[in-house]
Amino acid sequence: MVTGKAAIQAVGVSKVFQSAGQDSLKALDDVSVAIRENEFFTLLGPSGCGKTTLLRLIAGFDFPTDGDILLYGENIAPLPPYKRPVNTVFQSYALFPHMTVAQNIGFGLEMLGKPRDEINARVSEMLALVQMDSMRNRRTSQISGGQQQRVALARALAPKPKVLLLDEPLSALDYKLRKEMQIELKRLQHETGITFIFVTHDQEEALTMSDRIAVMSKGRILQVGSPRDIYDRPSERFVADFIGETNFLEGALVSTAKDKGKVKLVAGPVIDAMIPEGLKSSTKVTVVVRPEHALIGKPTKASVLKGVLGNIVYFGTDTHYHVKLEGGGEFTVRQQNNQITNGSFMVGDKVGLAISLGTAQVLRD
Amino acid sequence: MGSAQDIVTSEERRDIRNRWLLSAPALFLIAIAAIGPLFVVLLYSVMLKGDYGDVKFWSFSRDGWFEVFFQKDIFDDTVSWADAHIIVLWRSIRLASYTTLLALVLGFPTAYFIATRDEHRRDVWLFLITIPFWTNLLIRTFAIQELIRNEGLVNSVLLGLGVISTPIQMMYTDFAVMLGMAYVFLPLMVLPLYSSMEKMDFRLVEAGYDLYAGRFQVLRKIIIPLVKPGIIAGSILVFIPALGSYVTPRMLGGGKILMLGNLIDLQFDQGRNWPLGAALSITLMAIVMVALLFYVRNASKSGAGHG
Repeated sequence: MVTGKAAIQAVGVSKVFQSAGQDSLKALDDVSVAIRENEFFTLLGPSGCGKTTLLRLIAGFDFPTDGDILLYGENIAPLPPYKRPVNTVFQSYALFPHMTVAQNIGFGLEMLGKPRDEINARVSEMLALVQMDSMRNRRTSQISGGQQQRVALARALAPKPKVLLLDEPLSALDYKLRKEMQIELKRLQHETGITFIFVTHDQEEALTMSDRIAVMSKGRILQVGSPRDIYDRPSERFVADFIGETNFLEGALVSTAKDKGKVKLVAGPVIDAMIPEGLKSSTKVTVVVRPEHALIGKPTKASVLKGVLGNIVYFGTDTHYHVKLEGGGEFTVRQQNNQITNGSFMVGDKVGLAISLGTAQVLRD
Repeated sequence: MGSAQDIVTSEERRDIRNRWLLSAPALFLIAIAAIGPLFVVLLYSVMLKGDYGDVKFWSFSRDGWFEVFFQKDIFDDTVSWADAHIIVLWRSIRLASYTTLLALVLGFPTAYFIATRDEHRRDVWLFLITIPFWTNLLIRTFAIQELIRNEGLVNSVLLGLGVISTPIQMMYTDFAVMLGMAYVFLPLMVLPLYSSMEKMDFRLVEAGYDLYAGRFQVLRKIIIPLVKPGIIAGSILVFIPALGSYVTPRMLGGGKILMLGNLIDLQFDQGRNWPLGAALSITLMAIVMVALLFYVRNASKSGAGHG
């Protein structure tokens, strides 16, 4: 991964919400992260994980209890939102209902004191960018949800912010429109070259759109990496569990060699697995294997795991096989459907499982 | 088929009749208590005045209406403008406008403060705002007197601190009347303002800040346009009773600061000129109507256009 210049850096940021008569809530706990220039960076996590709080601290709507927020190396944490060259696309769009589409888009430039003709030119440019030229003089109440979304994007992009913050902007759209807007957002990010910080709880959205993802839980960032890193090499149980489906196998790390190791599973067999840095052997560990990284077949001596087929679920493009492992535990295998595999296994069959090389991953915890 | 339809229509007819019956008391009350007296007032304004008050019934005269705007010299019968009435009229409009403005300036931050509290605390604040309404208007006006009279609290404190050497004359001035009215009518401004602010989406305020609008710009470009219905409603609710105010100008303005309400009272009391009093009352109503029309037109314009 090429390391670019950091556009936004959070340095040891904590945020505690104090409210009378209630326990204080630690929304962010010593968070540090660097977001690179021109990056599509996603904050991913379940609701209440602190992702929106971090976004609001970057926007300036809240101020950190502790720590700094740097914009190109300059601490912006104490600045009010109107003094930060950062714009936000709100979850509910927050378009001004008493203004037209064009007035909404031009608002930021107007507040920056730009001359009228420059504003008009930029508004036209933005309307073209989000393909809303014909809606220029409509009221925001007269356009659809998807169009409102585009106006909100155009409004936030019009002042050419250094960083664009997007707070679950697609959550109010229906499935088809959401897919369209995902592609649209990627295009806009590519065309404008602006750093996007995107907040979502939708793991699929995060995987398809992001350059890098930070997975958050309970006010902390658990792992930062490319979608592939996060999916294939989860470092913690929460990350592995939150993103995609996963099989968890318990065992003990018996030997290590660089980034690989051998794990003796509780169920008996020893398997090869990737290990995170600094993990010592002979500790109790959890190994994760994605369902699509295992192969199902007739039990042979070479089979790493053996078991009985408990259930078959057909999904059209692929089939899920739920296997009860010998020695306890369950394991799910996902296999793409084709002429050969179709109908070759029945519930109750004894089966053997193989794990693709280099796909089993030992978790840090 | 035919009979079924007949049943439906007869049921509908009964429904309509029942509705009329149910609303009859209200309609009766409106007719008796509002339109009736209004008609009487209109009638009185076109009668000849009686020698000791009252009117001479069925002797029609234009004198009442004539005297609203004009006066006849008692010696040579020359006609001139009724300066005194016009001064009172102008003072009433001016003081009512100032009162509305003062109530808006005081009420706007108050309503904003309440609307931005926690939900359960808003009720407490709203409750506090309405407390003055529990007290009699006279008592409240006396309380204002206690504050601003020459020996009152404000002057005593200022004298005690050595800020002034002689008490500031506040009683019996326009200022006193305006202050009294603003105090009395403030809740009528705060409540409609609060109800529009409560409905306002405060994320729009955040969006404004995000788009480089400072505090003043957010107020001017976002909050005020969004709560405009509340501003208009509150202004109407304060302006109308302020224009016809009677107790406050009488107590805080003494005999000196006459407003329309006092002028009308004077005609029915010492003036013994009931037709003039009636004509003045209708003039007051007409001004209120014009003010309302102006507001309504302005409101619909700002609702639809804005550039």
